[in-house]
Amino acid sequence: MKSLGSIRRSFAPWTDPSAKPYISFRNVTKKFGTFVAVDDLSLDIYHREFFALLGASGCGKSTLLRMLAGFEQPTSGEIILDGVNMAGTPPYRRPVNMMFQSYALFPHMTVENNIAFGLKQDRMPKNEIADRVAQMLKLVKLEKFATRKPHQLSGGQRQRVALARSLAKRPKVLLLDEPLGALDKKLREETQFELMDLQQDLGLTFVVVTHDQEEAMTMADRIAVMAAGKVNQVATPAEIYEAPNSRFVADFIGDVNIFDGLANPSQGGDLDIAVAEGFTIRTPVGGADVRGATRGFAIRPEKIRVTREAPADAGINSVRGEMWDIAYLGDMTVYIIKLPNGQTVKASSLNAQRSVENPLGYDEDVWISFDGDAGVLLKD
Amino acid sequence: MNRWTSFNKFSLTLGFGFLYLPILLLIVYSFNESKLVTVWGGFSTRWYTSLLENEALKDAAWVTARVAFTSASIATVLGTLAALALTRYTKFHGRVLFSGMIYAPLVMPDVITGLSLLLFFVAVNLDRGIVTVILAHITFSMCYVAVVVQSRLLSFDRSIEEAAMDLGATPTRTFLQVTLPVIAPAVVSGWMLAFTLSLDDLVISSFASGPGATTLPMKIYSQVRLGVTPEINAVSTILVTIVTIGVITASIINKRREVQRQRDEQAAFAQG
Repeated sequence: MKSLGSIRRSFAPWTDPSAKPYISFRNVTKKFGTFVAVDDLSLDIYHREFFALLGASGCGKSTLLRMLAGFEQPTSGEIILDGVNMAGTPPYRRPVNMMFQSYALFPHMTVENNIAFGLKQDRMPKNEIADRVAQMLKLVKLEKFATRKPHQLSGGQRQRVALARSLAKRPKVLLLDEPLGALDKKLREETQFELMDLQQDLGLTFVVVTHDQEEAMTMADRIAVMAAGKVNQVATPAEIYEAPNSRFVADFIGDVNIFDGLANPSQGGDLDIAVAEGFTIRTPVGGADVRGATRGFAIRPEKIRVTREAPADAGINSVRGEMWDIAYLGDMTVYIIKLPNGQTVKASSLNAQRSVENPLGYDEDVWISFDGDAGVLLKD
Repeated sequence: MNRWTSFNKFSLTLGFGFLYLPILLLIVYSFNESKLVTVWGGFSTRWYTSLLENEALKDAAWVTARVAFTSASIATVLGTLAALALTRYTKFHGRVLFSGMIYAPLVMPDVITGLSLLLFFVAVNLDRGIVTVILAHITFSMCYVAVVVQSRLLSFDRSIEEAAMDLGATPTRTFLQVTLPVIAPAVVSGWMLAFTLSLDDLVISSFASGPGATTLPMKIYSQVRLGVTPEINAVSTILVTIVTIGVITASIINKRREVQRQRDEQAAFAQG
């Protein structure tokens, strides 16, 4: 069976109907005055999952995380964590720890005391605290900075202290609020992989909030794409990218071309969509009966071929246009092709060779074409 | 525009002259040999020695110290709590009214505060003495503490309190282990402000005081009415010295801490 993208094969509890969710949001609504931050949302997260809540700012993702941590109470609905209803449990009695966006380090305490804070609250014996702190410092490679105060550390070091502090109590769930937002690009990429390794090694459940889709795609087992307090789609990064369930998700994640047209069955069980750009898209029917409905067809730039010669079956899954813009990005080249109706299409190709004979140039007449199953038929 | 013009020099001299010439005169005359305050009779420290034998003045100083310490401490607790309530619970009815009312005593004439306190003490049948002076001082100095602490709390990053609770600290422990240490500098300066205000208050003390509770400013004032003695100059000089040392120490500590902090931050960023 063909599968979408590459996945951690051994780990997919969400496909197992008998698996019990570790964290459940059940019809959770949160209102601030008249503003609905989270709107009747239900979501299951599994044990040892690296789960990402992805969305633009104000979509309710942080509110959801804060409700899990106990800083906000749901207006209605319930949150179940490891079989226990969390309603009325204050933040200091929840088996979750949070890494804050601003890191929220205690400015008057040294690095070790910051890390030991949570352990002291549990009245852990002194020698055990010392052992655990040493272990945590080693984990985040800050042994040499144990006696420094937060203001004596760089941004990256502070981030690691915050991580060590939130992991020190070995919480059932670690919540991360934009954990890498304040780091520069290179450090962010390194830290993404560190976080993934850490999550695997410790066997914890991570719930991360982010607005950075690349970050979510890199780290998460599953992503919930959120907008206006609702979850639009929950799926693996590959599914989100290759099989977005809505126009919003397709558009939100990565680049996409969307063609709209009237759908009608054609011979051989396929579906023909006569799109406004003046050609026909022939794609396998996805199961749903969509005869006579106007539907969108979404296709990613890298799945579109750009050629000088007309492909076989010209006019089916192919159309003629004019090369409008070319952007050379090193690893790949992005083409913007203008179609006869003025609509532009984005296509990209990998620069697998160092040099190309007679490359495509500006203002040339070109054909774009794609396979019928390279795109996805949207539900709206 | 950084020129040292004669106009600049003139205005600086004038300004500082206005501020400090009278105090300087007082200090100089405290070392006067002569008993006459306005006639210079040579250098001497005899008034400082005689001060040590002046029981009335020493008593007054002791009363003032006790009043200032007690009232500043209680005012700091109350003022800090008021500041917390006003910055944290922003959604109760009449909050604007309440925060405005915190400022009102700052601009209220002392005479009115003193008189109203006197009427109140009489109404509740409280015998006037050191207790009433302390109560009166708490009343006006807690507003100053509240204002100082409130301004610190407004720039306070609440997420560190959430972090503390997230790590298992109850609200009380969060306050004691995180909030209070972080706002401590503001609380301390609030205390010092309250202490200083209590130290030099005359008007309100006069209304609230009773037998056996004469504060130093009251004592000085009553003696001056019978004629200024060099002893008064000496005691005032001591007060000025104490205040000066306090102010200078506080600013040196602050400056050093600031410099150290900047150096640390630069070091941290240099390492990357």
